[in-house]
Amino acid sequence: MNLENSQAVFPRQDYTRVPYWLYHDREIYALEQERIFKGPTWSYAALEAEIPNPGDFRTCFIGETPVIVNRAKDGSVHAMVNRCAHRGALVRRENRGNAKEHICVYHKWCYNLDGSLQGLPFRRGLKGKGGMSAQFKLEEHGLQRLRVQSYSGVIFVSFSDQAEPLEQYLGPVFTGHLKRLFGKPIRILGYQRQRIHGNWKLYLENTRDTYHGSLLHEFQSTFGLSRVTQTGGVTMDERHRHNLTWSKLGTDADAEFSALYKDNKVHESQLRLTAPDVVKFDNEWGDGISLAICSLFPNCTIHQISNCLGARQVRTFGPNEFELIFTLFGYVEDSPEKHEHRLLQANFVGPAGLVSMEDGEAIEITHRASAGEGDACSVIEMGGGGPIPTRLDHRVNDTPCRGFWSYYAELMGLEPEGAVR
Amino acid sequence: MSAPTLINGQSAKEAIRELLDEYAERIDAERYEDWLELFTEDSVYQVIPRENVEQNLPASLIYCNSKNVLRDRIVSLLNANEYNPHYDRHMISGVRIVEQDEGLWQVSANYAVFQTSHEGQSRLFSVGRYADKIVRQNDRLLFREKRVIVDNFSVPSMLATPL
Repeated sequence: MNLENSQAVFPRQDYTRVPYWLYHDREIYALEQERIFKGPTWSYAALEAEIPNPGDFRTCFIGETPVIVNRAKDGSVHAMVNRCAHRGALVRRENRGNAKEHICVYHKWCYNLDGSLQGLPFRRGLKGKGGMSAQFKLEEHGLQRLRVQSYSGVIFVSFSDQAEPLEQYLGPVFTGHLKRLFGKPIRILGYQRQRIHGNWKLYLENTRDTYHGSLLHEFQSTFGLSRVTQTGGVTMDERHRHNLTWSKLGTDADAEFSALYKDNKVHESQLRLTAPDVVKFDNEWGDGISLAICSLFPNCTIHQISNCLGARQVRTFGPNEFELIFTLFGYVEDSPEKHEHRLLQANFVGPAGLVSMEDGEAIEITHRASAGEGDACSVIEMGGGGPIPTRLDHRVNDTPCRGFWSYYAELMGLEPEGAVR
Repeated sequence: MSAPTLINGQSAKEAIRELLDEYAERIDAERYEDWLELFTEDSVYQVIPRENVEQNLPASLIYCNSKNVLRDRIVSLLNANEYNPHYDRHMISGVRIVEQDEGLWQVSANYAVFQTSHEGQSRLFSVGRYADKIVRQNDRLLFREKRVIVDNFSVPSMLATPL
């Protein structure tokens, strides 16, 4: 690989070709941590409903950097790197909890909930011997603080002063969608986690590739949950970094679907569910949208699959592995029946998801087969090439993947000359 | 003292052990439709991450609140879903009867499932605990409730075949 010659990375200006080595290269991975996860972006960290009370904290990872998100006594939310300013140990080892302060186990350095260093043992030494040097200042050794902003109760963090304000970064389509799903108090239902042996970018592409939905995830089409013949489309922000794929149930005819799939030689089955209530959609938002996969650059997907709701966070472990953490939620106001319905529809998502289990496999087989490839490229041309539109009124495209790559290349400094944005 | 319950000539403990062994055997042999027959019609089958159990959170990885929902999952698995080709191998140990009532046994057991790829590589895929409710129907035992509490809740790759 030769990053000096960034012109050579993407062979086409419209990102219809992506070289496979980008998924496998360690140098690229290290650069991604700096320029994307610690770059001028906003990463999803947690939901406010997970830390409702003063002292509540959660730990997470942005890229591979450990982070603590907590609520201070005055109710404000703070985020800091979960690494002791002394010797670099993890300060908080738990996933969650409630605390008055954060104490590193190694030498018991103690931090306030805003990340500032409160004190450390034997700072003045013992009987006039040892201790920290006289020049040591507590205020210079706090945990690294991150910018933190929350929108509709969704907490985002940024390592960079260069990141634009969160609302502007998300743009009106995506703030609108967050208001739609987080417009009333939510209730956390639980977590699902999945370790996938593939590159994290394959997942970001996966959630932006609307073409695969009804082909790979046959449960959806087999049982009519989401079919390509339904009214739907994709919507991106102006910079094409985020994407919202959506569709509406009940807007197509069974016959139209069957004929289309037969013509395209896609397996079509006559299977029927014995418990069809599981896939029943309650149009609780009143807009008829029954599927909304919202991908927020760089680490987040918010899904609504029928009445199943969740936020997915990507955590990276080198170029060859990542974890997906699903935080499932409903609303505080849900009736017992609605609550049970959401728990049943949790069957759609996660590592065992009837609708999503295949993603893990698709990513692993792509990663496995593309290792060791030099300049060979994947093809992203469904929906055509050229300039990247912000809206398409169909789902027979993978255009948002090109949007992802265009922003990725910009941040990484890998844009070819004359590249589309 | 009353005589111990006999099920097809076996003690309750023996019959429970037999049921668990059949359960494992049918999954490992990919006889999923036969495996379904080890559940009552009103059975609950749930695979839940240990972190959710510990936080009292209800969401599961798999949640079937009737045998029909479980049946649909198996039908989907065999006909619609695409998953990693593999062999499963269950190890079940530490079987304990936690509580028993007339015709109902609450049973706890440890499990480990090794998964072997079609390239012949095995890995520990899942480890955890079963919390079961087992009932007597006619002259055999069936699961009325099977709760699989997964210790390694960050699931490697994907979870397709039952645990």
